[in-house]
Amino acid sequence: MDVSTWTIKEAGEKLASGALSAEALTRSCLDTIEQGDTDVKAFLNVSETALEEARAIDVRRAAGESLGSLAGIPVGTKDVILVQDWETTGGSRILEGYNAPYDATAVERLRAAGAILLGRTNCDEFAMGSSNENSHYPPTTNPWDKTKVPGGSSGGSAAAVAAGFVPAALGSETGGSVRQPASLCGIVGLKPTYGRVSRYGLMALSSSMDQIGPLAHTVEDVALLLQAIEGRDPKDGTSAELSNTTIPALIEKDVSGMTLGVPKEYFASGMDSQVAAVVNEAIAELERAGAKIQEISMPHSEYALAAYYIIQPAEASSNLGRFDGLRYGYHSGGENLQETYERTRGEGFGKEVKRRIMLGSYTLSAGYYDAYYRKALKVRTLIKRDFDEAFKNVDAIVCPTSPTVAWNIGEKFDDPLSMYLADIYTVTANLATIPGMSVPCGFVDGLPVGLQILAKPFDEYALFRIGATYQDRTNWHKQSPT
Amino acid sequence: MKLTREEVLKIAKLARLHLEEEDIAKYQEDLGSILSYVEKLQELNTDDVPEFQHAAGSVNMFREDVVENCDPDVRRRAIDNFASREGDLLKVQAVFENRTE
Repeated sequence: MDVSTWTIKEAGEKLASGALSAEALTRSCLDTIEQGDTDVKAFLNVSETALEEARAIDVRRAAGESLGSLAGIPVGTKDVILVQDWETTGGSRILEGYNAPYDATAVERLRAAGAILLGRTNCDEFAMGSSNENSHYPPTTNPWDKTKVPGGSSGGSAAAVAAGFVPAALGSETGGSVRQPASLCGIVGLKPTYGRVSRYGLMALSSSMDQIGPLAHTVEDVALLLQAIEGRDPKDGTSAELSNTTIPALIEKDVSGMTLGVPKEYFASGMDSQVAAVVNEAIAELERAGAKIQEISMPHSEYALAAYYIIQPAEASSNLGRFDGLRYGYHSGGENLQETYERTRGEGFGKEVKRRIMLGSYTLSAGYYDAYYRKALKVRTLIKRDFDEAFKNVDAIVCPTSPTVAWNIGEKFDDPLSMYLADIYTVTANLATIPGMSVPCGFVDGLPVGLQILAKPFDEYALFRIGATYQDRTNWHKQSPT
Repeated sequence: MKLTREEVLKIAKLARLHLEEEDIAKYQEDLGSILSYVEKLQELNTDDVPEFQHAAGSVNMFREDVVENCDPDVRRRAIDNFASREGDLLKVQAVFENRTE
């Protein structure tokens, strides 16, 4: 049984009709991982109870019980999302041996929908990175070319779906960590509006931007996952009461009458010309489908990355203060408490995490706070205003997800700034708190390219409508690495 | 721009990070190049621009002021993660030293 190209929808239909059991599907995923993951290295661990949970779903189905929308569907989860009793490390040495005491709300809701939690996927340490190379564990590779990076930080989740190990996975975003690896691995990845999905049980990186987001082959599958995990959660004060719950059946595959903005700043310097050509062709396809295309300007775009790399490390330096070597994970004892902290954190954190903690400590320190942090918050307002202005005239924005296709492993590893530039087109959505999605739209030299779609806060339907229309007219998402 | 060795050591101290001697020079360079890049923001006049402060847009998310105990199993599992404990208490080295009365 080759499940590698199955969507949730296809697998779900087979499960519902009895043509396939959840146990067989789960076993097939586990076998595929065992055979194929030695060189992709997408999973850090697979669940020991997955088969048992799948059998329980089969029993309930046989008994005629009504089951959730994801009943029997195996899902991978990024190693920053807590799954009770699993070792959950954030891809960091500092959480080695830490066993999650409870399920994240998103995980609890996946379980309630009947999903089988299959295993935890590799990621950049505490979600800081764009290539997966910052993981404490061996880096995940890109299933399309194993000498290339899968993107990051949810690279393990993206590679697991692209390689056909699981039909879907959860990742998390702070500056593009779902959309960018989705783009580089040729799948769909969604960053929901800030507040749409509870972050309870998600390791905090930058609390004013973090969101959990789904990855899958199709827009419809991503909508199914969002439907399962979204909505108000009393355990996350920033989670919103939703006025428009996602109902995948409502997604129209029609963009006629929609106006799509193309920001000229998103095709500026650093943009690979072949990637630009592929994205422009995707935009032309949407025009043929009936959308009106309008060039727009987002004048502060070029400042977004700089603002992001002040705000995010500042929040990270504060959030990661909790890792003290005492309450969880790695511990390296010193002569006194100060030395224990310094040793534990010095040995437990990797280089990029230390770099960002120091950067954040610097920009928040006395004498620099106004020039860096306060300034960045003001620029964040300007970026938000750019989007508010744009959405007065357009229904959504279409542009590239990443300025390039996947690069060689090691290529940018020693140059943090060039790594940061990989996020240049994705950080804006996080700064502005709006939803964004990457949809596969072609290839350059055999490597996938993603079309990014951005919409107003809580208008995920616009993303789904545009993405589903595009996928209805193209076959890029049906291709899989050999 | 490159940070001085003293600046890197000072922020490492503030952030409670032990740095290996051989890494310090690289941090001076890396942090310097990132800080030079973010200097770009100074080009913008933001005198009349308010700071962006509320990502969620929600205000005053109150709940009743009542004690809600943690699920005892969750509590047990959280405590099991402690590096060192006495009973259910987290055991740590002295926080204040050289205390004079």
